[in-house]
Amino acid sequence: MLSNITIGQYYPGSSPVHKLDPRTKILITVLYIVMLFAAAEVIGLLPGIIFFILSYIISGVPLKMIFRSLKPIIPLIVFTAVLNLFFVGNDVIFEFWIIKITGEGLRFSIFMIVRIIALIAGTSLLTYTTTPIMLTDGLESLLSPLKKLKFPVHELSMMMTIALRFIPTLIEETSKIMSAQKARGADLESGGLLKRAKALIPILIPLFVSAFRRAEELALAMESRCYHGGEGRTRLRELHFKLRDIISLLITALFLASVFVLNSL
Amino acid sequence: MSLPVIEVKDLTFSYNSLGTTHTAIENVNLKIEKGELVGIIGHTGSGKSTLIQHLNGLLKPNSGTVLIDGEDIFSKECDLRKIRFKVGLVFQYPEYQLFEETVYNDIAFGPKNMGLSPDEIDKRVKEAAAFTGVEDYLNKSPFDLSGGQKRRVAIAGVIAMDPEILILDEPAAGLDPKGRDKILGQIKKYQREKGNTVLLVSHSMEDIAKLATKVLVMADGKVEAYDIPEKIFADTERIEKIGLAVPQITEVFEILKKNGIEIKESIFSVEYAKKVLLSLIGEGEDA
Ligand SMILES: Nc1ncnc2c1ncn2[C@@H]1O[C@H](COP(=O)(O)OP(=O)(O)OP(=O)(O)O)[C@@H](O)[C@H]1O
Ligand SMILES: [Mg+2]
Repeated sequence: MLSNITIGQYYPGSSPVHKLDPRTKILITVLYIVMLFAAAEVIGLLPGIIFFILSYIISGVPLKMIFRSLKPIIPLIVFTAVLNLFFVGNDVIFEFWIIKITGEGLRFSIFMIVRIIALIAGTSLLTYTTTPIMLTDGLESLLSPLKKLKFPVHELSMMMTIALRFIPTLIEETSKIMSAQKARGADLESGGLLKRAKALIPILIPLFVSAFRRAEELALAMESRCYHGGEGRTRLRELHFKLRDIISLLITALFLASVFVLNSL
Repeated sequence: MSLPVIEVKDLTFSYNSLGTTHTAIENVNLKIEKGELVGIIGHTGSGKSTLIQHLNGLLKPNSGTVLIDGEDIFSKECDLRKIRFKVGLVFQYPEYQLFEETVYNDIAFGPKNMGLSPDEIDKRVKEAAAFTGVEDYLNKSPFDLSGGQKRRVAIAGVIAMDPEILILDEPAAGLDPKGRDKILGQIKKYQREKGNTVLLVSHSMEDIAKLATKVLVMADGKVEAYDIPEKIFADTERIEKIGLAVPQITEVFEILKKNGIEIKESIFSVEYAKKVLLSLIGEGEDA
């Protein structure tokens, strides 16, 4: 179960998508999110969907990875669908007992589901094709104008790098601790909400303890290698925009424009 | 021939991560009789930890079955929690599982899950604490203990469930020599005096040679051999081929043999070596 979480997991490859500058990919992802949210009707989502399917195909990331990124949010999808289905609109098309389903509700809930799926599936392509380090490098570079406003850009990106780096470690640790407690007869699968919440204590406490221990060790290791913040630090990998970055941004902009065209039809 | 307590049939398991699969154990067949102390040896990554996690149902195999006392633990009718009370498993580096406010409560976690009475729990906790030598820390926080003390508390947490089958994954790694001997001695006692079955994973051939009644050799996810220690350690070449070593004392005697000293048996424990050497010297005096 835990190994299905894919945030921060990189799918190695050497496709054009992998080779793009991380800043380009972040900007494209932002444009892509705008694309999805600008859509006023189901038809307006079409460019976004075509865009992310094309990107997946070019990236060479297997399509089954899409489903993997969607698995953890299935409850959210169902919840959104149900909520919209029952509580929107008044053109009733189906009625049973206290349940009323409206045409508008149906249309709106399909719209929402498609949007959420496209959002998660599309944005996870960013983490599939960009290593966490590149991602934060890109983010730091994009946000660097904020340094003038005394915003701690470097510290923030260092924190993100570390957080991303430790997600897989924490997942592994969690499953180890879960196994160890199950071996002592911990019952994690049955009982009411309160009982289940209580059953998490034997897992969360060791997890926190080890997370703090790791943090301390990491801080020591960084300090003994003379880390002193971002001032004057040079980079191993310099970021450079290339022609392909400009072309991809232009293509994305075209897709975004087509959403507005579709909206105004 | 009595029913084996543990029977493993055609067990295969692979880890999946990011679309790649890695077969950790393959086609493992095994029968372990009641009351044995089985030493499990094998190179790093040979699948020892993976195998033992199948014996109490923590990992589900891709194919194959595990029978505990003749009962298929992966069948629908089987209550895995009951199996886990019967098959106690101490993980590799178990100190990270501690969570309670006091050592006492942490050791009591297993017995509490079993639904025992408070008196019984109290008895079990005290016995288990004495077993691993942590009775002085019962009211301390487990997080204030040293690594080795934590390890012993974690082992006590499993001992307190009084499992018929006790499995330990390198319980002595990283302990000082005295703590090591104490833990291993107690584990031997747990098997010999109580008649329980014990499985002990270890990288120390000396410990295995001294304690085990049977040795299971794993290599590349497969069972390389399962036999009495005498036979396993007799074949030095085979053991070395899979990246392991025979006990040092056995090596010493191999060299003695090569130098023309006549010793028929294969020797793998210091005590036995002493006996053989003394009798050799005795002969010399007679002549
Ligand atoms: N959680 C996991 N995910 C993926 N692969 C794993 C995982 N745990 C173990 N493996 C792989 O399975 C194989 C067997 O591992 P296992 O932990 O059973 O070895 P081991 O014999 O216990 O080794 P050691 O002596 O180092 O403890 C190894 O090749 C390892 O890389
Ligand atoms: Mg192991």
